[in-house]
Amino acid sequence: MTVTEDPATTAPSAPEKEIGQARRRKEDAHLITGETTWTDNMVLPGMLHMALVRSPVAHARITAIDVSAAREAPGVVAVLTGQDVAEEQGSIPSAWQVTPDMVNPGHPSLAVDQVNHVGEAVALIVARSRAAATDAIELVDVDYDTLPPVLDVEEAAKEGADLVHSHLSSNTSYHFVFDAGEAGTGSDTEQAFADADVVVSRRFVNQRLIPAFMEPRSVVVQPVGDSFTMWSATQIPHILRVMAAMVTGIPEHKLRVIAPDVGGGFGGKLQVNPEEILALLVARRLGKPVKWTETRSESLMAAHHGRDQVQYIDIAADREGNVKGLRVRLLADMGAYLRLITAGTPALGAFMFPGIYKFPAYRFELDGVFTTKTPTDAYRGAGRPEATFAIERIMDELAVELGMDPLELRRKNWIDAEEFPFTTVAGLEYDSGDYDTATRRALELIGYDELREEQRRRRESGDPVQLGIGFSTFTEMCGIAPSRVLGSLSFGSGGWEHATIRMLPTGKVEVVTGSTPHGQGHETAWSQLVADRLGVPFEDIEVLHGDTAIASRGLDTYGSRSLVVGGAAVVRAADKVIAKARKVAAHLLEASEDDLEFDGGRFSVRGTPGTGMAIQEIALAVFTAHNYPEDIEPTIDADAAFDPVNFSFPHGTHICAMEVDTETGFVKIRKYACVDDVGTIVNPLIVEGQIHGGLAQGIAQALYEEAVYDADGNLTTGTFVDYLVPSAADLPHFDTDNTVHVAPGNPIGAKGVGEAGCIASTPAVVNAALDAVRHLGVRDIRMPLTPERVWRAVHEGGDGGDRATAKTNAQGAESAQAPSTGTSSTGGAL
Amino acid sequence: MIPAPFEYVRPTTVEEAVQAVAEGGDDVKIMAGGQSLIPVMRLRLAAPETIVDLGRVAEMRGVREDGDALVIGAMTTHAEVIADPLIAQHARLIAEATETVADRQTRRRGTFGGALAHADPAGDLPSVALALDAEMVVAGPEGRRTVPAREFFVDYLTTALDEGEVLVEIRVPKLAGDWGVRYEKFNRVAQAWSIVAVAAAVRRENGHIAEARIGLTNMGPVPLRAPATEAALAGASASPDAVAAAARSAAEGTSPSSDLNAQADYRQHLAQVLTRRAVATAAGL
Ligand SMILES: Cc1cc2nc3c(=O)[nH]c(=O)nc-3n(C[C@H](O)[C@H](O)[C@H](O)COP(=O)(O)OP(=O)(O)OC[C@H]3O[C@@H](n4cnc5c(N)ncnc54)[C@H](O)[C@@H]3O)c2cc1C
Repeated sequence: MTVTEDPATTAPSAPEKEIGQARRRKEDAHLITGETTWTDNMVLPGMLHMALVRSPVAHARITAIDVSAAREAPGVVAVLTGQDVAEEQGSIPSAWQVTPDMVNPGHPSLAVDQVNHVGEAVALIVARSRAAATDAIELVDVDYDTLPPVLDVEEAAKEGADLVHSHLSSNTSYHFVFDAGEAGTGSDTEQAFADADVVVSRRFVNQRLIPAFMEPRSVVVQPVGDSFTMWSATQIPHILRVMAAMVTGIPEHKLRVIAPDVGGGFGGKLQVNPEEILALLVARRLGKPVKWTETRSESLMAAHHGRDQVQYIDIAADREGNVKGLRVRLLADMGAYLRLITAGTPALGAFMFPGIYKFPAYRFELDGVFTTKTPTDAYRGAGRPEATFAIERIMDELAVELGMDPLELRRKNWIDAEEFPFTTVAGLEYDSGDYDTATRRALELIGYDELREEQRRRRESGDPVQLGIGFSTFTEMCGIAPSRVLGSLSFGSGGWEHATIRMLPTGKVEVVTGSTPHGQGHETAWSQLVADRLGVPFEDIEVLHGDTAIASRGLDTYGSRSLVVGGAAVVRAADKVIAKARKVAAHLLEASEDDLEFDGGRFSVRGTPGTGMAIQEIALAVFTAHNYPEDIEPTIDADAAFDPVNFSFPHGTHICAMEVDTETGFVKIRKYACVDDVGTIVNPLIVEGQIHGGLAQGIAQALYEEAVYDADGNLTTGTFVDYLVPSAADLPHFDTDNTVHVAPGNPIGAKGVGEAGCIASTPAVVNAALDAVRHLGVRDIRMPLTPERVWRAVHEGGDGGDRATAKTNAQGAESAQAPSTGTSSTGGAL
Repeated sequence: MIPAPFEYVRPTTVEEAVQAVAEGGDDVKIMAGGQSLIPVMRLRLAAPETIVDLGRVAEMRGVREDGDALVIGAMTTHAEVIADPLIAQHARLIAEATETVADRQTRRRGTFGGALAHADPAGDLPSVALALDAEMVVAGPEGRRTVPAREFFVDYLTTALDEGEVLVEIRVPKLAGDWGVRYEKFNRVAQAWSIVAVAAAVRRENGHIAEARIGLTNMGPVPLRAPATEAALAGASASPDAVAAAARSAAEGTSPSSDLNAQADYRQHLAQVLTRRAVATAAGL
C-alpha cells in the first residue's frame, strides 16, 4: 500500500496501489452471464454456412469426387473441391524454417489429389443454413485409392519407410542439431560421456495430446466491397491477417481480422487454419458472408494436436552425483503437414533440456518426421514441457542409479541463487531466482517428512496402496521473444509487442493492446498496470484488443508473453503519456517541468501546497486545446512498442504425493504443492488461476489424456468419452505459493505464468507414481498412467505397454464414421 | 452436429405411445431421456424416421409399492431414483449405482428405463437390475408381458424388446432380511463409464453370509451374474478370507472386450478385486 507522507501531495482520491491486488476479473461478468460475443454468435444478413467433407482414410489418392448430388441438395449454394481452389488456395504457412534445408511439402487447405490424414478436408459445401450444409456432406462421393498409413514415428524415420509425401525422398523434414561444444557454450559432449563414471539412458514417450479448448474453432468472413472482415476464434488476429493476406493474395490493407471473445486456445488457436483460408476464398468467390463452426468431433480430429515426441536421453555423471553431460535425441511426430509452428515447436525445447542444472556438456539432435496423422503444433508450453519432462525424469533415474536422494542430486547440480544471471550450456542467460528457497517452501507446504514416514510404513506393511513422492524443479523460457533472437533462429516474425494509450476528454482511458487475450484476463491486469502508472481509477480504464482495425499492431498471445512483453509495452506507453502531459501541466501551472512532481495521478509544483492538476484534467485541456504549449501537438496519447532483450525464466518446485493401488493400478494424487517464481505478481488471483489451470493440463498429460490412432490411422479417441479431460472432481486440492525474484528484463518485473503449471507438473506426477512402486521393480510407466498400464508395469514389468486401439463400448459411436468424414466407396471399412 | 431430419411424436399415455410406435414407419425410435439416443443421432450414426418421445407419459414416471415389490416407472429419471425414499428403503443398491452414473445434468434427463432398454455393456444399471432379479414390464400391440432381467439382456445393445414394444416399468423384489449392498465402480475419471463394476447384495445371518447376489458390469456384451462366487459365498463365514477366496472365481465364464481402457485379462483381474471389495463392504467387513 502507498502511504503518502508529504501532505502537499495528498490528492483527495489518490488510489491505492493496484499491482498486487487480487482484483476480480473485469471480463468475467459478461462471460458468465451469457453476454458473450463468440464468433459463432455472429449473424449477418444473407450469411451462408460452410461445412467440410473430410477424409475417412489416413492416406490415399483421390481418384474421383462426385459432388453432383450435393449440388442439387436443398439449400446448397456451392460445392467446391480441392481441384476447384487449387490455383488460389496457396499453402498453409510455416513460420519457422528450423534448418536451411528443411523440407516443406506444402499444405493445401483442401486436399487436391491426395489425403494424408483422417479428417483432412477434401471438399466444402456452402448452403443457406448450417443444417442444409451438414445434410449435403453425406451426398459427396469420394473415391479413394488407399496408400499404406505411416503411423509410427520411429518406423517412419527409417530408411525405406513408406512415404507420407511420395514426391519427397524421405519422411524426415529436417535434422536440427545444437551442440554446446560447437556453439562454444560447453565442452565436448562425446568426451564428457567417455570420461563419466555413470551413464543412464532412457527412452521416454511424450504422447500426442489434443488442446481441447472450450470454445470450438469458428470463423465468419464478410466481404465489403473489395475488403474483407474476418471474425475468428483465434489467439492471433494480427498474425492471421498478415498470413491470410499472403496466402490468398488479398492485400493486407483490405483485410481486417477480429478476435471477439475467444474461449480458450492453449496454443490450439495459434494457427492459420485451413478453414479460415477456405472461408475467405468462399466469401471472395460468392461475395456473401459465410460462417464455419466446427463440431467437437471435427475439433478433436482436425484441429492441430500437440506434443508427440520419442525422446532418447543420456545423462552422464560422476559417482558423487555431479552431472557431466546431457545428450538428447528427439523424434518429433509432426503429422502430415507443417502448420504455423509445427516444425519449430520441438526445436524450442532444444534450449530447455538442461533445465536448472549446470551441465558442462550438451548435445541436442532433433528429427522432424512426417506421419499420416493430424499435424502437431503449439500446445501449452510448446517444446518446454517436453524438455522439462525429459530432464526431470532422467534426474530421478540418475538418482536411483547413484543411490542418491533425488532432491539431493538436484541440489548438488542446480544453479545457486548467487550465481544469477547464469549462462547455461544451451547459451541462455537465466535472469533471476532462488531454487533452494522455493524448494524449502514447497517441502514445508506438502508436509514432506510426514509423507516420507507414511511411505515407509506402507512399504513395510506391504500395504496394497503404496505412496510415492515426486519432484519437478523446473524452469522455462517465457516472454517470447527478443526479435533478434527469433531472427537468429530463422523464425518468420519478431517478438515485440505494441500498445497505445488514449486519454479521453472525460478523463477516461483507453488502453489498446496488441496482445490478444483468449481467456487470460488481460483487461484486468492491464487496467491494474495503467491505474498505478497514471494514477487513475481502475474503473476508468478500458482495454481494447483483438481487432486489427483498433489494435493495429500486435503479435498476440502465446508463450506466456502477454504481460512480460505486451504489459511492458503498456507501461512504456503510459510513461510516454506522463511525459507528454508533463509539458502541458507545466504550461498550465506556469511552472517549470523540472519543478513538477507526478504522484497519484496529479502533477503538482514542488513546495507549493494546494496547487496541482490531475492527468485526467489535462486530457480535457488538450482536447479543447484552448491553451497548450506552442511547441507540442494537442494530444497526450502515446504509442509504444517493447522488444525484450532477453527471455524471462520463471522457475519453481513442484511436489506431488501419489497413492498407487497396486491391486488395480489406480493412481490418485494425495497432495500437490508448488512454489512458483513468476517475478512480480500483478494480480494474485489471475496468477493462482493460471497455475491451477496449468496444473490441471500437466496432470492430465501424466494421467489422462492421449490421442490414440488405430492401425489404419483412425483417431480412436475421437470424442470426450475416450479422450479423457479431467474435471475438478478428478484433481486434488493444490497448495500453492510464490517466491518473487523480479525479472530484470522488463519494466514490470514479471516473468510469465501462463504455462508454468503445465510445464512443471507432468514429471512431478510421473516421478511420484514411480517412487511409489519403484521398490516393486518398476522403472518407467508410459504416459498417461492409465490404471491398466500401472497394473501391468507392477505385475508384468516394462512400462505398461500400448493401449488397445478399440474404442470403449460406452461411446456407442465411431467418430471416423461420422458423416463429417464424408462417404467413400473404398473407405467403408472404417 | 445436427441430426438428420425426423418426424416427432409426443404421446401422453402408454397406449398412445404403443400406437405411435406402430404407426411411425420402418425406422421408429423411442426416446426417453435422450442421453444415449441424441448423441448417436447428432453423430448421424442413427437417423430414425420418427421419434416417439415418452417425456409426457406421466404414468411411466415415479416409484410405487406393490406388495413385495417396488415398481419403478421406466421414465423415472436417475435424479428421481437417487432421491426416492422407497428405493432408499427397499432397493438401495439401485440408488447407489445410479449416483455413479454420468454427471448431474445427465442424471436429470436420463431415465432408469432408458438405461436398461439401451443395454450398454458399460451401463451401470443393467447389472444392478440383474443382481436384484428385476422384471421388465413391456407393452406392445399385443398387450403387456413381463420379462425377467435374466432374459431381457440379449446381446450388445440388444434386449428382448420386440419391435413396437415399450418398456413401461420395472418390478424390483424388495430385499427382505438383513441385506447389505455395494456398487463398486471402477473408472478413470469421476464422470466416466465403468471400465468394470460390481454390484453386490449380501444377506447376513448369524455372522455368516446366507446369500449373495453379484452383478458384473462390462464383463461381456451383456450384464452377468457371478454364479461361482455366489455359490461359494452361500453359507460362508463373513470373513475377509472367505470373501477373498470366493471372489477369485468372479470372472469365471466372462468374456469382456478389449478396448482403450482395458484389455480382457485386466478386466477379469479387476472383476475379482472389485468383487472382493464390493462383497466385503456389503457384508459390513
Ligand atoms: C455424458 C454422459 C455420461 C454417461 N455416463 C454414464 C455412466 O457412467 N453410467 C451409465 O450407466 N450411463 C451413463 N450414461 C447414459 C445415461 O445413463 C443414459 O441416460 C442412459 O443410458 C439412457 O437413458 P435415456 O433415458 O437417456 O435413454 P435414451 O437415450 O432416450 O434412449 C436410449 C435407448 O433406449 C431406448 N429406450 C429408451 N426408453 C425406452 C422405453 N421405455 N422403451 C423402449 N425403448 C426405450 C431408446 O429407443 C434408445 O435406443 C451417460 C450419458 C451421458 C450423456
